[in-house]
Amino acid sequence: MYNAGKIIIGILIFVGLVISPFLLSGEKATAKPDPKVDTPEIMKLPENERKCVESKEYMKAEHMTMLNDWRDWVVRDGMTIYTSKSGKEYNMSLQNTCMHCHSNKSKFCDECHNYAGVKPYCWDCHIAPKEKEK
Amino acid sequence: MDRREFLKIAGMSSLLGIGGFSVASTVRSDLEASQIKANPAALTAKRWAMVVDMSKFKTPEDYQKCIDACHRVHNVPTVTDNPKHEIKWLWTETYDHAFPGNEDKFLSEKIKHMPFLLLCNHCENPPCVRVCPTQATFKRKSDGIVMMDMHRCIGCRFCMAGCPYGARSFNYKNPRTHLDESKENREFPTRMKGVVEKCTLCYERLAHGLEPACVEAAKEVAVKNGTTPGLIFGDLEDPNSAVRKILSERFSIRRKPELGTGPSVYYVL
Amino acid sequence: MLENAIYGSRRYWIWIFFLLSIIGAGFLAYLYQFKYGLGVTGMSRDVSWGLYIGQFTFLVGVAASGVMVVLPYYLHNYKKFARLTILGEFLAIAAVIMCMLFIFVDLGQPLRVLNVILHPTPNSVMFYDMIVLSGYLMLNLIIGWTVLSAERKEVPPPKWVKPIIYLSIAWAPSIHTVTAFLYAGIPGKHLWMTAIMAARFLASAFAGGPALLILLAFIVRKYTRFDPGKEAIQSLAKIVTYCMILNVFFLGLEFFTAFYSQVPGHMHSFVYLYAGYHGYSQLVPIMWVSSILAVIALVMLIFPQIRKNETLLGVACLATFFSLWIDKGFGLVVGGFVPNSFEKITEYWPTIPEAIITMAVWAIGFLVLTILYKIAISVKEEVVFDKYGERQIKAE
Repeated sequence: MYNAGKIIIGILIFVGLVISPFLLSGEKATAKPDPKVDTPEIMKLPENERKCVESKEYMKAEHMTMLNDWRDWVVRDGMTIYTSKSGKEYNMSLQNTCMHCHSNKSKFCDECHNYAGVKPYCWDCHIAPKEKEK
Repeated sequence: MDRREFLKIAGMSSLLGIGGFSVASTVRSDLEASQIKANPAALTAKRWAMVVDMSKFKTPEDYQKCIDACHRVHNVPTVTDNPKHEIKWLWTETYDHAFPGNEDKFLSEKIKHMPFLLLCNHCENPPCVRVCPTQATFKRKSDGIVMMDMHRCIGCRFCMAGCPYGARSFNYKNPRTHLDESKENREFPTRMKGVVEKCTLCYERLAHGLEPACVEAAKEVAVKNGTTPGLIFGDLEDPNSAVRKILSERFSIRRKPELGTGPSVYYVL
Repeated sequence: MLENAIYGSRRYWIWIFFLLSIIGAGFLAYLYQFKYGLGVTGMSRDVSWGLYIGQFTFLVGVAASGVMVVLPYYLHNYKKFARLTILGEFLAIAAVIMCMLFIFVDLGQPLRVLNVILHPTPNSVMFYDMIVLSGYLMLNLIIGWTVLSAERKEVPPPKWVKPIIYLSIAWAPSIHTVTAFLYAGIPGKHLWMTAIMAARFLASAFAGGPALLILLAFIVRKYTRFDPGKEAIQSLAKIVTYCMILNVFFLGLEFFTAFYSQVPGHMHSFVYLYAGYHGYSQLVPIMWVSSILAVIALVMLIFPQIRKNETLLGVACLATFFSLWIDKGFGLVVGGFVPNSFEKITEYWPTIPEAIITMAVWAIGFLVLTILYKIAISVKEEVVFDKYGERQIKAE
């Protein structure tokens, strides 16, 4: 190989740069996300009413699209009431509906978002519920 | 195959691949429009308007109550360190500044010093909506409110240049640095840096059957002063509304009507 | 052809690294602005557009000026411009890139810039501005690259380039007309709402752009063996002369309408810019510098004895360029906001981060220009003779 020394050093630097995000995020990236749903507001409800707007599987996969749709319906179309697949009606609001029950952003929303390495900017504007320091 | 042909095939297939993928992803959402509806308790109108009756306000504090009500409900920050970064949805200006072009040094002193309440005029023909490149600001077809979609605004500030009334403010920095967390309205979002904001006629309150915050505050002021409210809110297209009644009885002026914007905020003295 | 840009003399590389260092500083300043918001600039609730949009406004004219050499050459067979066209096209590319960068650094939410494409708004002038700028960039890239490659291979350019060139000639006026429309259709901003705004943009574009092109041609002739041609430069100088006359004439028309009508709204912005208004006069010195430079430029350009002297022509072009740079790049935009809609005054002056970012965008433009010119000149130095048999490089 011509210039073997320079090339090998270059490859090592390249590999180092590419795996640096994994090395730097350490625990955050490897710990399995464990979102907690035992907030005081949820615990107040009787057990058979502890349901989200849609099913857990649906929300896991689709909450991003659903929130986008809610946003456009509320802000742009002036609609405020959403009828879920189960027939129950909800006020379409991240801050007042979703975060009312899921009032523990750092133990719920952030769990999966940190794991996936995404930083949704919702809470730059939508006020996140105050959490008690544990 | 030579290099040129290979590049042509690679380019074509990437274009088709990206195109096909984006088409496929648009049909993902399976929520239907039939699942949503407006709140039956919402206040509706064909064209919302406001009449500011200056004769019903007595002291500067009266106006400030309306301004404080608006700014508190909507988490509008009070920027103290740099007046250039001021954000205001509702504010007061004296006659010369509220109605430039109408100045007259022989006007009564009382009128010259009156603090006229100014806000977005929710024009019929708004230049700000005309110039917005993303429709982040748009005129609601249902009731004529000139709305702001904070999620779509790219912060180009063309609307601020377009508005002839100076009704719009830009978040030159993070507004939360100027908000007192204990006094926040936790039911309404703040904004983030880099977007434009203005009065939105309390669309979120109208959607739940409530009047705009400033109108409600003006009612409280009126009770204290023993008069009728200084802010009259109603549907211009409804001949029986409160705004039409007062407009038919008293002379009113609007700001810069010669520009053809069709402002919906009237002033009676 | 790109490899020509990485072979260069010591002086070439010192220039490149100088530009890269300015760009580096600007990048850091931009990170600061990105983190804290546009509050780090001097803009305010009243003056919501400042140096960034001013520079964009000025550069859009410089970009359009490429058509001033392309049109006579391709449409009217003015052979003298044969060696200038590539310099004009590449200047247009660098200028349009600078325009787009100035818009980007001015956005409050730059990461959402694609919303303009995702949510097309045919009633917004800014939507069309994006279309015409992107289109013009692509046209010039395709034309410049294809014609230069053909020259390098010493074959005539492919036939499909001709209609694209004609399209670019028609497209060029659109970029500064649409940019003028950003201002000319705004009710309530009396300095801007004038029917001749687009015409003023045209005049200043075709005076300022070719002035810069002449200066670049002088630099190219001094530091390389490539000679764009003495007659070509003189023809271009005549174009600068007449367009500068038009530009000053149009400004005079604006003054007449404002001050003969005595309508306060029309007068106030001019009073603020040139005399100071209610004690606010921060911009008065630079506006007068712009006017004096314009007069000097006109005198030097109108008299042929001065214009034919290339050193003095260079001075005249510098005066033209800087006069227009102050007028279109600063005075016009800021003046529109003063006094504001309430007849109150908030003044504007750029801050240091703003200035550093502005310089960095200019440096990026000059970097693109340097690289493209290096490629073009390397090709022409090899080929020696242009397609009309005239020497492209200075005789030994």
